[in-house]
Amino acid sequence: MPDATGHFDQFGGRFVPEALQAALDQLEQTFRTAMTDPAFDAELDDLRRNYAGRPSPLTEAHRFAEYCHGARVFLKREDLNHTGSHKINNVLGQALLARRMGKHRLIAETGAGQHGVATATVAAMLGMACRVYMGKVDTDRQALNVARMQLLGAEVVAVEAGSKTLKDAMNEAMRDWVTNVADTHYLIGTASGPHPFPMMVKQFQSVISAESKRQIVADTGALPDAICACVGGGSNAIGSFAEYIDEPEVRLFGFEAGGEGIATGRHAASINGGSVGVLHGTRTFILQDEDGQTIESHSISAGLDYPGVGPEHSWLAATGRASYLPINDDEAMEALRILTRTEGIMPAIESAHAVAGAMKISEKLTGRNGEPPVIIITISGRGDKDVDTALKWFGLDGSVDATTGGMK
Amino acid sequence: MSSSGEAYRAARAENRPALVGYLPVGHPSVDDSLEAMKALTDGTQGVGVDLVEIGLPYSDPMMDGTVIQHATTTALSRGVHTRDALRAAEAVASTGTHCVVMTYWNLIEHYGVDAFARDFAAAGGSGLITPDLTPDEAEQWFEASDAHGLDRIFLVAPSSTPQRLAKTVHACRGWVYATSVMGVTGARNQTSTAAPELVARVKQVDPDLPVGVGLGVSNGDQAAEIGAFADGVIVGSALVRTLVEADESGEGAAAGIARMRTIVDDLAAGVRRARTPQGAR
Repeated sequence: MPDATGHFDQFGGRFVPEALQAALDQLEQTFRTAMTDPAFDAELDDLRRNYAGRPSPLTEAHRFAEYCHGARVFLKREDLNHTGSHKINNVLGQALLARRMGKHRLIAETGAGQHGVATATVAAMLGMACRVYMGKVDTDRQALNVARMQLLGAEVVAVEAGSKTLKDAMNEAMRDWVTNVADTHYLIGTASGPHPFPMMVKQFQSVISAESKRQIVADTGALPDAICACVGGGSNAIGSFAEYIDEPEVRLFGFEAGGEGIATGRHAASINGGSVGVLHGTRTFILQDEDGQTIESHSISAGLDYPGVGPEHSWLAATGRASYLPINDDEAMEALRILTRTEGIMPAIESAHAVAGAMKISEKLTGRNGEPPVIIITISGRGDKDVDTALKWFGLDGSVDATTGGMK
Repeated sequence: MSSSGEAYRAARAENRPALVGYLPVGHPSVDDSLEAMKALTDGTQGVGVDLVEIGLPYSDPMMDGTVIQHATTTALSRGVHTRDALRAAEAVASTGTHCVVMTYWNLIEHYGVDAFARDFAAAGGSGLITPDLTPDEAEQWFEASDAHGLDRIFLVAPSSTPQRLAKTVHACRGWVYATSVMGVTGARNQTSTAAPELVARVKQVDPDLPVGVGLGVSNGDQAAEIGAFADGVIVGSALVRTLVEADESGEGAAAGIARMRTIVDDLAAGVRRARTPQGAR
């Protein structure tokens, strides 16, 4: 999977204007050729090690494990990558492909700004022009990331169309691409969109599970019992699952943003609370109304706040190979607090959904041969960007606990 | 059998290109949009477009520029539904003019491909223009359009490879939509140099299939220029703009429709001089 035209059974495919078909064909061809080229592999490997800081560690979380019903818990530390999340894995690969195609301008969409910052970063490194589209609502609440991208030399464009959020930024990037496809690569940040993006992003993110598999076998002598990852569009999750999909004894869990609860309608759980439709070039689970108009998603985590999901996740859900469960805002924030206090690792709120999910599923998880179950949680990003949200959520105001050393 | 190709054949019999006018259903309201579509068919002098293109508003219109986005977002916020396109088809059909629907694919898939084809054909519609559905993904649409006698209008672009262009042209029925520039909908000051070449490429594949050229045509002179080499001239944003401006200024729909009629007059005159000695100016 996918088949030659990018389908995972009924999911996936390529629903885009004819004007983009030739560019997508070129991208697919370039990708397939690069995958068989040792020079491409060597350059990407070098950048991963010496630029992004890979391999990322696999940290055993002894104190946090007390919250996981006796399981052994390992954290795959994508938070320690350059730019602070797994997004760098994908942008390095795609930017090298763009250069192979002779394209010198990168465009990207971003919600919270993580993918925008990662794209601006590689554009700076490779000397490419970069424009990032961001919904007006998001540029207003993520001014710091707007400034980061600008410092990196990227141009940030606020999108005022539609709901003014990530999905509209994606529409606008697509319009830019239709207009400038001759010299521009649209660097999609997640494992969704038209073929070959889901397949390609999975390939570049699969470094997560390729490493974790080696690391866990070295640490425990066996494959893990479960993988836990958060799912928005699903790029860190598909990368975390990739090398285990053909290992039936490893259970795969994706955690969607349940927002205020699926029953409230204010969520971003496309698999648990949506239905099959076509959005942004692919057929997958999406949030839509009775006419098929996209419904706005809601999540405390900007990175999961998207009304669709990568088509391979829809397929893994439909076939039952992976399980997808919703985690609500309050559960994610509680997990963020617990992991930070027990391990000194503050995850991004996105990743906190996976942490909360592991606490949940560990209750019914059993290990092999009488051993405690082993869980790997992908910490897809670090929580520095979320301190503002955390302050508000936990009712902190930045004031000190006590003052000392002064003379009254 | 009803066919939007008939609009092209009738125009060709008069040695002129057909004029295709786009308006979204539901802007400024459903009722007013139906009035505007009827007005498209007769301008101020009883001479109007040869084919009406009914736009179905969608939340994520990736091929549309700002004017049409603006109108369709407003239409959605005012509660337009997919079924309103069927009312629009009935309204246009009552004037004796053919109509097609321009729609992003999810709306049709959600309605049910066969169900929409059945209901749209029953309402008097001729076919669908599908900007984000290419023949590659169109199996269900082939079946439904065959079953209900509807035209399939796919898009070709300057970037289409020879293989894809041939495949797309063969998959069309009625006519083919040629996007004259690389880009999205919206009026442009200059028409494109890529358009004549693209039309010629289509003609090499199938000399009989009419080619409509869209994206960027806003006035009679541009219509005459495009119409000199294309079988049809498609105009959207320039018409929609009058309705958006009238709505935003509070003048009301009637004022916008009245101004739109004069643009229709200019465009209708443009396609009628496209192949005369004075031609395009």
